[in-house]
Amino acid sequence: MPVIKFFRQRPQLTLLLLAVLLAVLPFLVGAGLGKSWIRVLDFALLYVLLALGLNIVVGYAGLLDLGYIAFYALGAYLYAWLASPHFGLHLPFWAVLPIGALLAGLFGVLLGAPTLRLRGDYLAIVTLGFGEIIRIFMNNLNAPVNITNGPQGMNLIDPIAFGDFTFKGTHHFFGIAFSSAHLYYYLFLGFVLLAMLIALRLQDSRIGRAWAAIREDEVAAAAMGINTRNVKLLAFAMGATFGGLAGGLFAAFQGFISPESFGLMESIMILCMIVLGGMGNIPGVILGAVLLTVLPEALRYLGDAQRALLGHVALDPADLRMLLFGVALILMMLFRPEGLLPSRRRQRELHPEDGPGEQASLYDSRG
Amino acid sequence: MALLEVECVTKRFGGLAALDAVSLSVRQGEIYGLIGPNGAGKTTLFNCMTGLYSVTGGQVRLDGKAIHNRKPHEIVRQGFARTFQNIRLFPNMTALENVMVGRHVRSRASVLGAVLRDKRTRAEEAAIRERAQELLHFVGLGRKGRALASHLAYGEQRRLEIARALATEPRLLALDEPVAGMNPTERRQMADFFRKLRDTGVSLLLIEHDVKLVMGLCDRVAVLDYGKKIAEGAPEAVQRDPAVIAAYLGVEAA
Repeated sequence: MPVIKFFRQRPQLTLLLLAVLLAVLPFLVGAGLGKSWIRVLDFALLYVLLALGLNIVVGYAGLLDLGYIAFYALGAYLYAWLASPHFGLHLPFWAVLPIGALLAGLFGVLLGAPTLRLRGDYLAIVTLGFGEIIRIFMNNLNAPVNITNGPQGMNLIDPIAFGDFTFKGTHHFFGIAFSSAHLYYYLFLGFVLLAMLIALRLQDSRIGRAWAAIREDEVAAAAMGINTRNVKLLAFAMGATFGGLAGGLFAAFQGFISPESFGLMESIMILCMIVLGGMGNIPGVILGAVLLTVLPEALRYLGDAQRALLGHVALDPADLRMLLFGVALILMMLFRPEGLLPSRRRQRELHPEDGPGEQASLYDSRG
Repeated sequence: MALLEVECVTKRFGGLAALDAVSLSVRQGEIYGLIGPNGAGKTTLFNCMTGLYSVTGGQVRLDGKAIHNRKPHEIVRQGFARTFQNIRLFPNMTALENVMVGRHVRSRASVLGAVLRDKRTRAEEAAIRERAQELLHFVGLGRKGRALASHLAYGEQRRLEIARALATEPRLLALDEPVAGMNPTERRQMADFFRKLRDTGVSLLLIEHDVKLVMGLCDRVAVLDYGKKIAEGAPEAVQRDPAVIAAYLGVEAA
C-alpha cells in the first residue's frame, strides 16, 4: 500500500503526526462524538494498560492467566484504602500508585509460586479460581471488620491531585477548558506510553528471549540454563504490576469501586483483547484493547437507531454486543487465529506454510 | 580427577530399575561414547546427569562438585550442556535467537537493565549477538542466522542445537544421538566436527547407535544393557568383549 510505504519511509514525520493526533484526540472526540466519549477514551487507555500487562504473561511467557483482573482489583482497592474516607487516609497518588503496583506484583508471585508446575488448561483453572477468590473476598470483607465495605463498594475515592491541583472539575490552560476526563486522558496516555516502552524493551532483551524460550519449549529452556521458575515468576510479577497500576488509576478516575467491576468476564475480555489484536505484539494488543472498548460503546447507538426507525428497541444493544462479540471471535479463530496484528513469531506458528516460509527458502537458496 | 564422575547411579520408575548402579567417568578433553541396545537406559542416564530426572541413588559429580538432583539450569551453569535425541529447538525463533537464548546463563541483564538499556546492558546484548553469530559460523550455519529454526534442514537443526548448547560455554557437552538419521557422508563430517570441537577444549559425551562411528571417534566407550554397565574401555577392547557381543547379538542357547 503506497500510503503505508509513505509513512514507513518517514518514521520521524509519522511519529510527529501520531504525537499531534494523540495530543488533540480528546478534543476531536469531544467535539465530534460528545463529551461522554472522552471517558470512553480514558477507559480504552486503561484497558490498553491492562492488556499490555496481561500480554507479558500470556503473550510473552505463554502462561494462560484467567484471573488477571484480580491484580486490577488489588490495585484499585489499595488505592481506595489509602486515599478515601473509608479509613480516613488520604495519601497522595504518587505514593499510593506504586504501593498498589507493588502489592499486585507481590500477589502475582504468590499466585505464580504454587502454579509453576501447571501449564495450559490447568494453569487457566487455577488462575481463574484465584481471580474469583479475590473478588469474593472483596465482596465479603465488610464483617466482622469492615475492610472493603462489601458489595456496596467504596466511595468518595480521592482523585489524582498534585498539591491543590486536583483532576476533579474543569481547569483552564491557555484559554482551553480541560475537563476531568481530558486530564485523565493525558495521565493515562503517559502511563500507556511508559508501559509500551517497558514491554517493547523487555521483549527484545535477555529476559524477553527467556520468556519466548519457555513458551516454545520449557524443557529445552531449562536445559539451556534458564531458571524457569524465576523467569515465570518474573512474568507473573511484571504482568500483575501493570494490572495493579491500572487498578489504582481506575479507582482514582472512577471515584468509586465495587467488587462488580472485577468479575471473571473482565478477565476474559482482557484476554480477548490480546487474542483479537495479536498475542505477543504490542501494536496488536493495543488495537485489540481499543477495539473491544470502543465497539461496545458504539453499538449503543444501535438502540437509538432502532428507536428512531422502528419506534421501539427490538434488539437490545447489550445482547447484540455479546452476539456480535461471539461471532467475531469465531470468525477470528477460523480465518485469522493469530489476531489482527500478530507478532511474526505467532504468525509463523499458526501459518507455517505461508509467506514467511517462502522468505526463508529464498534465503536458503542464497545461502 | 575426572571431569565427570558417575558413581553407582540408580534410577527406578516404580518397580523398574532403568539404571542399576551405573558408574563411569569422563576425563578432561575426552570423547566418551555411551552405547547400548534400545532401552538400555542411555537417555535416562543423560536425563539423570543433566537434572531432568532426579536419581534414586548414587552420585554425579562435575569437577568434584555433586550435580545430581540439582536443577537443570544450575548444572548448565556449572559447565555441562546437552542436546536432545529428538531435537528440541525453539521452532518459531530464528537460528540466531536460538543460540542467543543459550547465552542466557552467561549474561546478567535484569529487568531494570533491559528497560533502561544502560551502557552495560547494550554492550552485553551486542556481545551476546556477536558470540551467537560466531557459534553459528562454527557449526557451519553462518548464513542461516535469520532463518527459522523449524525451517532448517534436519542436519542443520542438529548442528543448531549443538551451537545453542555451546553458547552456554560448557566444559562437557552431552550429545544424544547427534548423527541419527544422517547419511554416511554427513556422519563423517559430524565426526570431524566433533574432533574439532574437542580441540577447542570441550569434552564430549555422546550416545550413539552407529558402532562404526563410535569406534573411530571415541577415546573410550561404555556399554549399557538393561540399565547396567556391562563394559567400559578402549573401543577395540569393548568391541571384542563377549558380554557386549551377547548384548547386541544375543547369546546362543547352549
